Amino acid sequence: MSPNPQLNKDGGLRHLLTIDGLPRAILTHILDTAESFITVSEQEVKKVPLLRGKAIFNLFFEPSTRTRTTFEIAAKRLSADVINLNINASSQSKGETLLDTVDNLSAMQADMFVVRHAQSGAAHMIARHVAPHIHVVNAGDGRHAHPTQGLLDVFTIRKYKGEFHNLRVAIVGDVLHSRVARSQIHALTTLGVPEVRVIAPKTLLPTAVEQMGVQVYHDMGQGLKDVDVVIMLRLQNERMRGALLPSAQEYFKYYGLTPDKLAHAHPDAIVMHPGPMNRGVEIDSAVADGKQSVILPQVTYGIAVRMAVMSILAGN
Amino acid sequence: MPTHTLPDANTLINQLAAAIQPTLTPNTVLVGMHTGGVWAAQQLHGLLDVSMPHGDLDISFYRDDFDKIGLHAALKPTRLPFEVEGRDILLVDDVLYTGRSVRAAMNALFDYGRPARIRLAVLVDRIGDRELPIMAEFVGATASVPRHQHIHLIRDDAGQLSLKLVEVQ
Repeated sequence: MSPNPQLNKDGGLRHLLTIDGLPRAILTHILDTAESFITVSEQEVKKVPLLRGKAIFNLFFEPSTRTRTTFEIAAKRLSADVINLNINASSQSKGETLLDTVDNLSAMQADMFVVRHAQSGAAHMIARHVAPHIHVVNAGDGRHAHPTQGLLDVFTIRKYKGEFHNLRVAIVGDVLHSRVARSQIHALTTLGVPEVRVIAPKTLLPTAVEQMGVQVYHDMGQGLKDVDVVIMLRLQNERMRGALLPSAQEYFKYYGLTPDKLAHAHPDAIVMHPGPMNRGVEIDSAVADGKQSVILPQVTYGIAVRMAVMSILAGN
Repeated sequence: MPTHTLPDANTLINQLAAAIQPTLTPNTVLVGMHTGGVWAAQQLHGLLDVSMPHGDLDISFYRDDFDKIGLHAALKPTRLPFEVEGRDILLVDDVLYTGRSVRAAMNALFDYGRPARIRLAVLVDRIGDRELPIMAEFVGATASVPRHQHIHLIRDDAGQLSLKLVEVQ
């Protein structure tokens, strides 16, 4: 098995499964390419013909609105044919296995699979299984990785802050269950951000999180002090039921981002959130809608970043 | 063909400017094709009596060899600081060779609007190597070089342009 299953023999990106282990040059190439795709949305005809005649299958084994929609828009702006499959509702309920589903769709001349699955490693398994000309993009697998989200987050940071080498970034919330946080941490450290902090109660942090190259804080006042970027994570309601937290109100009191807590950060700090937001749980509306929030630009940039990823993969 | 037989880039740009000037209209804009065409368009813009800013066009997303070479080259932003719709466009490139880049450039422009007219100005026309029915209205010089060589426009640190023959790997 090759050292990195995402790369072809020339070191080019064949699949995008995780940011972990990708060289900085590949991340930078994706971000630079995304920059060029921003101008496509300013064209009268918001389309370029790069992936004309290619078939991209969005395989969503787990519900998603924003990610699936932005992948679909990105593929359509590249002139690909997009087929959306919400698999809960079809073959899986008839007992077909994941790889049988993939084989059948490959027989329908698929060129690329965009995969969202509740099971960590699902996209890797598909990538190992498919024919050499087919590319796989992980659109979120279990707790493991959500690489395009991590990339659009660093793209947003670069848009607002310019450089990575002088930044302090804080990631706040449920790091333990968050594939988004893992991808963000890998992207930020690979791109040379010198100080990545995570702020969370102990019950929402993975063991040995420090080994990912982050500094751990349990207090918002200390953790947010002088940071340039605040990334809030979504708190999933089932965490309360799992007894990891006493209540949403209690969580908001200590870890919800309010204007008061944000005042500890650098005055020019930007506030990010991968969505969907729980207003009044992890973020106060005054912050989410405030002038430091870049949450909606993140969504817009997500289209350009996904266009970049899909066109780079298809060309390799 | 040794390097010294290629014409001087500045002389060609001055000749092109003299030929283009009488044909300009108030609606004319220069659009340079990355990267050499952008440099040439910048210099022409300085020599010509045009009021509109010039544009820069990157054709990477419109190339016909994407399936073969992918998206490897560093992309440059397309910048067209004017409406393309109804405009008289003078497309500028360094070298006209197969014509494929110009085809891509025209497709790219049409995704921004419907120009009233597109003309083409090039420093060097590589005659005999065309693969598409495309010709330039303004030509600095013609050249005939073997297929294993490319003509590149290069720019030094002082901003001086020159033409250079390069072996194709």
